Amino acid sequence: MDTFMEYVWAFLVGGALCAVGQVLIDLTKLTPARILTTYVVAGVILGAVGLYEPLVDFAGGGATVPLTGFGYLLSKGVREAVLEHGLIGAFTGGFTSAAAGIAAAIFFGLIAALIFKSGSKINE
Amino acid sequence: MALCEGKTFKYSNASILSYASVVGKAESDGPFGDEFDEVIEDNKGGAQTWEQAEALFQQKALGHAMDKAALIPAKMDLVLAGDLLNQCTGSSYGLKDYYIPFLGIYGACSSFAEGLLLAGAMVNAGYVENAAAVTSSHYSSAERQFRFPLNYGGVRTPTAQWTATAAGAAIVSSVPKAPYIRAATIGKIQDMGIKDLNNMGAAMAGAAYDTISRHFRHMGTHPESYDLIITGDLGQVGSEMLYELFRRDGVSIEKWHKDCGLMIFDREKQDVHAGGSGCGCSASIMCAHFLKRVESGDLKRILFCATGALMSPTMVQQGGSIPGIAHAVEITSK
Amino acid sequence: MNISNQEYGELAKRHSPPSSMYKTIPMAFVIGGGICTLGEALLNLYEYLGMGKTNAGALTSMTLIFLSALFTGLKLYDRLAQCGGAGTLVPITGFANAMVSPALDFKSEGFVLGLGAKMFSIAGPVIVYGISASVLYGIIYYIVILFMGGL
Repeated sequence: MDTFMEYVWAFLVGGALCAVGQVLIDLTKLTPARILTTYVVAGVILGAVGLYEPLVDFAGGGATVPLTGFGYLLSKGVREAVLEHGLIGAFTGGFTSAAAGIAAAIFFGLIAALIFKSGSKINE
Repeated sequence: MALCEGKTFKYSNASILSYASVVGKAESDGPFGDEFDEVIEDNKGGAQTWEQAEALFQQKALGHAMDKAALIPAKMDLVLAGDLLNQCTGSSYGLKDYYIPFLGIYGACSSFAEGLLLAGAMVNAGYVENAAAVTSSHYSSAERQFRFPLNYGGVRTPTAQWTATAAGAAIVSSVPKAPYIRAATIGKIQDMGIKDLNNMGAAMAGAAYDTISRHFRHMGTHPESYDLIITGDLGQVGSEMLYELFRRDGVSIEKWHKDCGLMIFDREKQDVHAGGSGCGCSASIMCAHFLKRVESGDLKRILFCATGALMSPTMVQQGGSIPGIAHAVEITSK
Repeated sequence: MNISNQEYGELAKRHSPPSSMYKTIPMAFVIGGGICTLGEALLNLYEYLGMGKTNAGALTSMTLIFLSALFTGLKLYDRLAQCGGAGTLVPITGFANAMVSPALDFKSEGFVLGLGAKMFSIAGPVIVYGISASVLYGIIYYIVILFMGGL
């Protein structure tokens, strides 16, 4: 696949996943935290039944950047860890695969909170 | 069950001696920007936190009102104050250094009318000479307590309202001068079953309708009897609902109605969705604009009905609805 | 009140404008798609620099999270979210914004019970239910391979 089409598919698939989230917000009044949670759990389930992997191969960042991709990563990590370590892998796999993302969010969050001040610029 | 009709108090000896307002940047960019007594451009005014900033707004509002009446704290007998924060933080921390006898009040965004009618009653009864009503709200402290962190990219729905960063203070005394407080009707809690946190106007419209229509009945008045009927912060949704509730009784109030929530911001240019809200919204617009016009005689008789959503985040999370309340104060130039 | 709560609810519904979905959905699509395309570009860059697929993926997430933390601190992410809606919520950058913004906001209540504790006030459930779902899946998967002799 040539590089240009790769980006087009990443844009279209990622955009579509976000548009679905917007439909949920507009029609169901789901709060943001619920949407995030729904997306991650959906990603775990889709990853578990093997439906998400082909999407990742196809759309790359379009499938891994949305939070469903985070859920997919958890399921993938758990599956590999169970194969390697047995039952204990069900508990270690998720955090191991998501470690970079979670640690980065915590660390950069802390740094940002130390440097910046809170406030909103909307309407100013 | 027969519904309690309540009473409308009539005052013979209560005037608004002075009034003042302090607002933030977005409010000063609104249509009434040049009528406020002080604008705090960074919404903080040197305070360390948003809660301290809100307290500062109240302190300054009462300070300006006392200055205008040439009063000092030692000459004040009572201050009635409220805001939206837990434990009425803005009031108790903002006013503590004045050492004026203090009663904290809470009626959500209806607090300014509550303070005004209680101050009027205390003065009219002769218990006190000078009583102040002060309320405030602050976008940033309210957002932190009731919604999301300030820098969070949460999405607002079209029915959501924008909490005004503002404070208003009015000093009531028996010195006869316009504006006069003539009558007041205390609102009843009306739970209309609205559960949407982002639709406060809908939660409050029923209460406004009930209080205003009872005030009309008790005073024998109609919308035409007033120059203006001013509600606190019903916003676009609540105002339209109020019209329709009155229309069911064959009464039309559109022509006389103004809503402070629809006035404080420029809804075309500022991203405030259904309008402004908060205890400081109606307080600052009353103190900056309407009381001035009553004092000058430009408005002869107005009915100020501040509306409040008695919303508890805990109850809403537990699936509960949002009760509303509204208090009406009739103010005249003679 | 001379109106039932049910009638009142209908009245409220009639006067509450719905979201302008013809605007919100395309915006979510474009901005969300844009963030994903940026992710794809980073992924390609890191792979081009000789990283393995897994590490390149992890570094891509970390870069996006870093950018989101920076934009949140600069008070730009919530502005972008005003137009982007779910387009800024659903990508991993939205998850980072959900952690950074309360940390920033509640710093005033102290570093431990403010910043430290509140960091997870919005994003916490994502980890709770994401990890729990994955553990559950791991257990089921373990039982399946136990009885079916490996897959």
